[in-house]
Amino acid sequence: MEYSFANLTGAFHNLLLDTLGIPGWLTTTIECVLIGLGMLLAYSLLALFYIYFERKVCAAFQCRLGPNRVGPFGLLQAIADMFKILIKELIHLNHIDRFLFALAPYLVIIASMLCFAVLPWGNGLQIIDFNIGIFFLLACSSIGVLGILLAGWSSNNKFTLIGALRSGAQMVSYELSIGISVITMVCLAGTMNVPEIVQAQDHLWFIFSGHVPALIAFIIYIIAGTAETNRGPFDLPEAESELTAGYHTEYSGIHFGFFYLAEYLNLFIVSGVATLLFFGGWMPLHIPGWEGFNAVMDFIPSIIWFIAKAVIISFVIIWFKWTFPRLRIDQLMALEWKYLLPFGLFNLVLMTLVITFGWTL
Amino acid sequence: MANIQDTIAKKFPAAAFAADNSAIPQITIDDANLHSLALCLRDDCGMDYLVTIVGVDHGQSLGAIYYLMSTTTHELCSVAVSTSNREHPYIHSVADVWHIAEIFEREVYDFFGIIFVNNPDMRRLFLSIDWKGFPLRKDYDDQDPKLNPISIESERQSDFTDVYVEKNGKVVKTERAIFQPDDFVVNIGPQHPATHGVLRFRTAVDGETIKKIDVYMGYIHRGVEKLCEKLNYPQTLHFLDRLDYFSGHNYHHCLCNLYEKAAGIEISRRAKVIRVLMDELARIASHCLFIGTYCMDLGATTMLFYTLRVREQILDIMEKTCGARMTFNYPCIGGVMQDLHEDFVKDVKALLAVLPANIKEYNKIFTGNVIAKNRMEGVGTLSREDAIAYGVTGPSGRASGWACDVRKTRPYSIYSELDFEECLATEGDSMARFKVRIAEMEQSARIIEQLIDNIPEGEYCVKVPKVLKLPAGQWFEMVEGCRGTFAIYLESDGGTKPARLKIAPPCLPLAAVVDHITQGSKIADLITIGGSLDYIVPDMDR
Repeated sequence: MEYSFANLTGAFHNLLLDTLGIPGWLTTTIECVLIGLGMLLAYSLLALFYIYFERKVCAAFQCRLGPNRVGPFGLLQAIADMFKILIKELIHLNHIDRFLFALAPYLVIIASMLCFAVLPWGNGLQIIDFNIGIFFLLACSSIGVLGILLAGWSSNNKFTLIGALRSGAQMVSYELSIGISVITMVCLAGTMNVPEIVQAQDHLWFIFSGHVPALIAFIIYIIAGTAETNRGPFDLPEAESELTAGYHTEYSGIHFGFFYLAEYLNLFIVSGVATLLFFGGWMPLHIPGWEGFNAVMDFIPSIIWFIAKAVIISFVIIWFKWTFPRLRIDQLMALEWKYLLPFGLFNLVLMTLVITFGWTL
Repeated sequence: MANIQDTIAKKFPAAAFAADNSAIPQITIDDANLHSLALCLRDDCGMDYLVTIVGVDHGQSLGAIYYLMSTTTHELCSVAVSTSNREHPYIHSVADVWHIAEIFEREVYDFFGIIFVNNPDMRRLFLSIDWKGFPLRKDYDDQDPKLNPISIESERQSDFTDVYVEKNGKVVKTERAIFQPDDFVVNIGPQHPATHGVLRFRTAVDGETIKKIDVYMGYIHRGVEKLCEKLNYPQTLHFLDRLDYFSGHNYHHCLCNLYEKAAGIEISRRAKVIRVLMDELARIASHCLFIGTYCMDLGATTMLFYTLRVREQILDIMEKTCGARMTFNYPCIGGVMQDLHEDFVKDVKALLAVLPANIKEYNKIFTGNVIAKNRMEGVGTLSREDAIAYGVTGPSGRASGWACDVRKTRPYSIYSELDFEECLATEGDSMARFKVRIAEMEQSARIIEQLIDNIPEGEYCVKVPKVLKLPAGQWFEMVEGCRGTFAIYLESDGGTKPARLKIAPPCLPLAAVVDHITQGSKIADLITIGGSLDYIVPDMDR
């Protein structure tokens, strides 16, 4: 079996508590602060990576080079951009609801931070581990739409209002499909606990073991997930050719930066959850009967497995964005309510039948 | 034409007949009979397409000349009306006969102050509402800085428009609200990514559904027609690159043809071939940009780069020969400015070699895409009748099934010798407009293929007098620009400067029709429709 990060964190906990003799409450506080710092670090590093990654991928699709001036291969471009956003002025607007206007970006960023906490980063490397992990993730991701609605409403601008209303309608609708496809996979796993879902894919990933229903659930999830993150072809809330920048038109400086970061991190979270539910989380690729192959796969650290899988799924979502034109709002709603949702419900029934009759691999 | 003259002469004894120097018959009529004459011309004589209305100021009288065209016989005729009352010049509106007259009459009102009775929207079109005077009148003093000082306040605008109606034989001014009192009006433009320039749509929406659009233009109005009256003939050419900046070659071609006809200059065949080659290259480049920006409007950003690749290649060819990538300023009176670059033939052949593969790629990525189909098919449908009534020409008109290509209907230069097809569609929706443009690129390539190996030897520019004087008279010339019919009316008083130069661009009708075809669509459809009409704001504003 692979190395579990639980050993490391356990050892650190014992070091603080027993060897150094720090009281229990202080130990917990220190650990929480360290975890918080670690999360922030991971968050910003991932955001930097994604900005660079998307720009390079998009450039390749468009026969361009992408960033190539700042640093070798343009590697420092994302850092320069981030720094620029940090030092930019926050423009104060009149005629806005100041409190809600300032609150909105934090709601968005908090929602994606909370989701971050339940992702299975590696074997034993998980911040919150409790029996309704997946449920918690769904709940947290719904907070984000509140931030977007508030942003559009409090800006006191017709464009942002239309963007926010579009966004509200879109995200609330597509959350249904995400929820249904997640429930489908929870049925297969038999648990909502994140580490247990990963363990259940020990011998084979769900996308393979779940037969047709798992495949359908994955397709529904990836479409709904793209819509949930407001990315093309579902980027109506910020459709730049129609609404300039949609709900975040009036934001500047770091407040805009929060929306910008949250979009990329939501991309990672959607990919991460897809990895968890369909591609075994941090679990290496195991094929039943191929003992030698499985042993080789186990040599690759679990954290690399997780991040690599998530990035590959993100690549697919980025690919969508730079290929397809944008949908119209009524077509978007029709896609969800007339196609994805009925198919998802039907698929849920199919999955229960598959499980009941034991047709899984 | 003779039978039209007979019909008119029978019904309207007051009508007088003449012909201008371009051999276009002109009917002179008094204002009282104008409306019934217009109806008769449209219904009985088949003159269903109003090309433009030219406002004229002859000192004693103000007047308007209506240029009409038949969509079946392609004959042109003009109707001249004038009024001697300079204080309160009234002419009856023909906006109910030809829809597009509504906006053309506003333009005449803006520049000449002629009030069109019964026009439902008698506002200024390009100038701001507090503008004093009518700039194209000959007695307007444009050197007086106190008359219209530069305002440092935000531009005022009105939610009301004037309508002049007749009551008991007197003309009365009434007011009409543009929007309903409880309309939610969103300003789309003048600074907006989808308006392709500074054009402003005041859009009344109900949720995402569009109820009414008030098109507000004039942000790039530079008064080209007024400027031309102060410059001599060769100098006026330079403005034409700055209207539709993609059709610079075609527009130059039009004005050069007109001046050459008026001055009796015969140009060499080499110059003719070069002009046609450049026109068609410009057309391909323009349609390439259309496809790219249109797809970008719909959210498919990647397509822009694929189409710009071809456009770059064409601009490189232009740069070598004309010395510029925009505002080429290439055709001149007597021919073209410089001879072709030595690489021209080789470069054009390289372009022709890559073009089919590129068009195939565009269709593969975009045209067949299910989202693109959903966004474009059945969106912004314009019927053939409406296209004619609104004067929507060019690829947009042809997508509605109206064969309006000037290269076919009234062939100029060497187009009658060339073998190409006019691309038509019947659907009239955004998808048809998109596909017609792709098809036109192929046809333009076909024209270039026929000419590129047969560029005759000869001089590229014949000798023309240093100071060009045109005889007194009036001329009218049309060409096919990249976006539709481009026409120029010239009135000369025998001097070295035009007495009146009226430019009739294709983009003004394209913008005027937006309100009609967007009603009931979604906001996103406005971008689809606007993009598919492919208007250029400097072209409509001039």
